[in-house]
Amino acid sequence: MIAREILPSIIIGLILMFILPMMLDSYTLTVLTAYAMLALSLGFIWGFAGILCFGQAAFFGLGAYSYAIAAINFGTPWGPFFIAILVPALFAAAFGAVLFYGRLSDVYLAVVTLVMTLILFKFMNSSAGEAYKIGNARLGGYNGIPGFETLTLPWDSTEYMYDETLFYFAFGLLVLVYILLRVCLRRPFGRILVGMRENEQRAELMGYDIRLLKTIAFSMGAGIAGLAGCLFANWAEIVTPALFSLGQSAEIIIWVIVGGAGTLMGPIIGAAVLGFTKFLLGQQSMIDNTLVLGVILILAVLLLPRGIFPSLVQLWNWLTGKLPSASGDRRRRTNKRRNGSDNGSGNA
Amino acid sequence: MDYAAVVAVEICYAVAVLVLISAGLAVIFGMMRVINLAHGEFLTLGGYAAIMSHQAGVNIYLSMLLVAPIVVAIFGILVERLIIRWLYGRLINTMLATWGLSLAMMGGMSMIFGNTTTGIATPIAGFAYGRYQLSGYNLFVIAMACAISIGLYLVLKFTRAGLIARGAMQNTEMTSAFGYSPSRVYLVTFTAGAALAGLAGGVMAPLVGLNPASGANYIAKAFITVIAGGASVVSGALASAGIFGVISQSVTLLSTPAVGEIALLVVAIILLRLLPTGITGKFFKGGV
Repeated sequence: MIAREILPSIIIGLILMFILPMMLDSYTLTVLTAYAMLALSLGFIWGFAGILCFGQAAFFGLGAYSYAIAAINFGTPWGPFFIAILVPALFAAAFGAVLFYGRLSDVYLAVVTLVMTLILFKFMNSSAGEAYKIGNARLGGYNGIPGFETLTLPWDSTEYMYDETLFYFAFGLLVLVYILLRVCLRRPFGRILVGMRENEQRAELMGYDIRLLKTIAFSMGAGIAGLAGCLFANWAEIVTPALFSLGQSAEIIIWVIVGGAGTLMGPIIGAAVLGFTKFLLGQQSMIDNTLVLGVILILAVLLLPRGIFPSLVQLWNWLTGKLPSASGDRRRRTNKRRNGSDNGSGNA
Repeated sequence: MDYAAVVAVEICYAVAVLVLISAGLAVIFGMMRVINLAHGEFLTLGGYAAIMSHQAGVNIYLSMLLVAPIVVAIFGILVERLIIRWLYGRLINTMLATWGLSLAMMGGMSMIFGNTTTGIATPIAGFAYGRYQLSGYNLFVIAMACAISIGLYLVLKFTRAGLIARGAMQNTEMTSAFGYSPSRVYLVTFTAGAALAGLAGGVMAPLVGLNPASGANYIAKAFITVIAGGASVVSGALASAGIFGVISQSVTLLSTPAVGEIALLVVAIILLRLLPTGITGKFFKGGV
């Protein structure tokens, strides 16, 4: 069952992996892939576990900084690669436990995660000078950390991964993470997460410890965001406090909401499309970039609250006559359940 | 002795700034359960309105205390009618839409005013106190914060408009059954919040170098102050501004401004963890 679901993802992923470099340069594609990974991390915890984290950028930045600092200290890239995933995940587990065991939710959770991002941003910005060192790595304040060892081929430590190789590596990881998340959502753990998102009280009354579940999901999301940060660090070859900025956090949320929260594919598409739009907009100076992003977010919230991807899927189903009508959410659900193919509200 | 007085003024000033920049947000959040993440940009807009009108020859006090609030209030009306009113009752969606608005305003302002920092001189000269120099304008800011808090309290507690606003906040259906259109109450409340933001932006304009992105400096602090304050508009904002102002300013005096801000944020996280519904969710319940 699971294999049949995953096979198309692998095939489509592989096809894209070889088609995309023909259309765009791999330098742009690599960063878009890192963004997509980041969007996927928020899409998972927000769309499936119902945790709206306004500070996903914190884990992205932590991943990037952990990688840079570890790479400078160890001089080898592969240990730091795993450290970049582990540090944000552990940090999120500790931080999440404090929050979720205190039963913080919606706005308060949003504020606290936002504040955490701000703390990291302020701290990193003011960390210039000799006093702020971790091992041999100087944090460098506003200027960030340049000149760390980047990833090499796993089997040949003299051959650096850059350009196309780095893109294939990043894209492969993206497909892998996507598949792992899909499998995870098919397992009881994922099902319970979705149940918890739909009705926390009910999930709790059935005996699930939602505090623990939320903490685990939060930590998983942070690990994926850290991985995205590591990829970004390898692409940019420098890490700066801007990774922690409010603007970065806002962008992640925009990707997810425009692409479609509640799906895994939506955030990836949102990140790729909007990230690319940003590149195109960056090449002209007539309209300000931020203005366009802001207007897109407003319009998305007002007009497409479910996001591009779910709307497209709905349109497709309607066009191919799978559904009696495009409207009527309730009817659709019962219909699906009768066919025995209910995927929740979308594990696409 | 002199030093103690100077420190006291500094701390009062830090609290006053927090009260000033969060008053507009507190009104909108407390009354409508809407979080306006574009609040920082509203302040910036007020600042620009004050500076531009002053440079065009308007008296500085007029441009700070009158032009700035009016300009931002008009903008607030537009925003409420075009965006916010479709999203009432959907807290997260309003947050996201106003975040979009914040980005759009930031971009729009940098297209109009350019990515440069502008400013005006403070209209009140400093004076010597013992061996120390005090800024007269800081005292003005403290006075403004007091005036706004007292004014808000009086309006909400003792006027008919305040009564209706509080009624609409507690029970929208009952208010509309009494013949007051909730949509209009919301419009007026949002406009009042925007006007307060404009006023604060105008008053702060001489103190900060204003650029299109300066809203980001305000929003986090205002946001934290309001959320930590809880549902009661005046007492909540005053209580949390008091706590945060004292702590951040004391730490700033002991070390650096950056550490002071970090201390403020850390205290905010601890406070919210301990009192998840804000200070007034636990103490002074039911106050204004």
